[in-house]
Amino acid sequence: MKKNIPFLAVEGRSSGYYGLLALLGAFILASLGAFYFMEHNGHYVTGMSNEIVWGIPHVFAVFLIVAASGALNVASISSAFNKKAYKPLARLSGLLALALLAGGLMVLVLDLGRPERLVIAMTYYNLKSIFAWNMLLYNGFFAIVIVYIWTMMQRNLGQYTRAAGIAAFIWRLALTTGTGSIFGFLVAREGYDAAIMAPMFIIMSFSFGLAIFLLVLMASYKWTERPLGDAIFNRLKNLLGVFVAAVMLLVAIYHLTNLYAAQHNGFEMFILMNGGIYTQMFWIGQVILGGVIPLVIFFSPLSKSRSLVALGALLVVIGGLAQMYGIIIGGQAYPMEIFPGKEVLETTFADGAIATYNPTLAEFLLGLGGVATALFLVAFCVKIMEFLPASLADKDADPHYKAS
Amino acid sequence: MTQPVNIHEVNSSDTKTDLYRRQFLGKTAAAAGLALAPGFLLTEVAHAKPAGEAVTNKNRWGILINTNKCGSGCTDCVTACKTENGWGDINNSEEKSNASQKAVWIRKVKLKDKQTGHVQSLPLMCQHCEEPPCVDVCPTGASMKREDGIVLVDKHICIGCRYCMMACPYKARSFIHEAVKEQKVHAPRGKGTVESCTMCVHRIDEDGTPACVEACNANGHQAMYFGDLKDSNSTISKELAKNGGQQLRPDLALNTGVRYQGL
Repeated sequence: MKKNIPFLAVEGRSSGYYGLLALLGAFILASLGAFYFMEHNGHYVTGMSNEIVWGIPHVFAVFLIVAASGALNVASISSAFNKKAYKPLARLSGLLALALLAGGLMVLVLDLGRPERLVIAMTYYNLKSIFAWNMLLYNGFFAIVIVYIWTMMQRNLGQYTRAAGIAAFIWRLALTTGTGSIFGFLVAREGYDAAIMAPMFIIMSFSFGLAIFLLVLMASYKWTERPLGDAIFNRLKNLLGVFVAAVMLLVAIYHLTNLYAAQHNGFEMFILMNGGIYTQMFWIGQVILGGVIPLVIFFSPLSKSRSLVALGALLVVIGGLAQMYGIIIGGQAYPMEIFPGKEVLETTFADGAIATYNPTLAEFLLGLGGVATALFLVAFCVKIMEFLPASLADKDADPHYKAS
Repeated sequence: MTQPVNIHEVNSSDTKTDLYRRQFLGKTAAAAGLALAPGFLLTEVAHAKPAGEAVTNKNRWGILINTNKCGSGCTDCVTACKTENGWGDINNSEEKSNASQKAVWIRKVKLKDKQTGHVQSLPLMCQHCEEPPCVDVCPTGASMKREDGIVLVDKHICIGCRYCMMACPYKARSFIHEAVKEQKVHAPRGKGTVESCTMCVHRIDEDGTPACVEACNANGHQAMYFGDLKDSNSTISKELAKNGGQQLRPDLALNTGVRYQGL
């Protein structure tokens, strides 16, 4: 029988490790500064307004939350679907999921108008609100994934790992459905009123989460000088490629369905043709950078270069942020049809006009702080606990693997 | 067979003391009540609902707007709302916010029909939906609908998430982007919370009329009616029954409390 790969905490004494923590810490401090600046003055110091009520912080927050549930995929494949090759990666997968969710929620909370009232959000629930469901889903996700990691780390709890893994898998599907439904249930807005939002968010989570997982895995194995064999690496790369293609398929269905309905034509023209920044975000950011180029890299001889695959995964992340920007900001910028069949001649509140949004530095710093928090948590935890396998060399990870 | 235990007999001396104390407290309270009651009774307003009494669904308050009578350049309703509720350029309380960040409780919109070219003007504010999307999405329940149909924000439990603003089909809600000053006692506002038209709930609770409707009628435009949609004898119900009234975005089936004629 194959011997289990030992897990080993990262030594974390090098100047590189402390440099990484310091860099991430600096980003976190900057985001806290941005938070103080925004909360002390009020949101007038941001580019957000009564037209664009959710801005860059939400782009990052929703992206991180969606990616969080996707980062758990690798663990799900190992536990829920019993694929042994992924088992050594399950701990890191769970950790990354928790860290990304924590980072996303941090941004979400710090962008509230009254963040000090978080306790109200935890004690007053309007169960008709998808936001309220999400608060339960997020807290439950933390609890379940922590238990899941615990069953993996404590030797005598191993028998419960599969059950905990299946619970976490089901929970993560609910969580992403909930996040997607935040937008899907907004009947008033042209861009959001589509049930396909929920499944689309699930596939997006698969893609974004795995891209970040792959990047974190590559970085940690390179920096700790541990072997990462082709067996695991190519599996993850190919899987990511499939997810990227699936996201593109759902996006295509979403837009084609909208194009078919005459009432959505205006919105589609806005996103696909003449929406300026939103059209660029769609075609350049989401489709070319986040879709076509990664696919070409992953499924061509270019994928022999690990650096290029890392670039591809990074582009998936950038494309994902562009997609979030299009959904969140673009969906708000496009005017709501309050008076069908009428043209607005005069208004004091920009009715019928495309809203402008000029994000400020503070908003970007807050959003990036969420990313930094997630990565800091991962870097910190892999040092204090045994999350990373000592080796993922082909002979350890999959003795039957043969290089093709 | 055991007799049922009479609790009064068990510790008879203690019980007697307790009974005496209770009676004493009861009598003094009654005496105090009798002494104070006339004072309270005198201050009671003739028709208004007492402050402690819950709002019921016997009424559903609504506003009807006749766009044919609404003057294109007229902003009397907007000015009245600003004065009544203390927002906008009346007190310059949002000096730092840019135009799209300042609160707008009610606005005038001028429309042209794309087919016929017919031009009309109307005020737009919270439509006080029977099925308000803002209330559905609010995570804490700060966004709420009273039994009498008035949609409000409880500023004490609003966390400023702005989901209600995402959900509202009429852009009727505003987020407060900076500290505000010179607030009205009956219309508290706060940085980091969301607000919108209250249908002048403080007036309605004292048998009054919303400031916008009052101003419109006082100036002789007669373009706005306020009243109880459930009372078939109210002016608004009669007018609706006779000449009809449209909802904005009727396709959303929100059953709005604000209706428009001549759209």
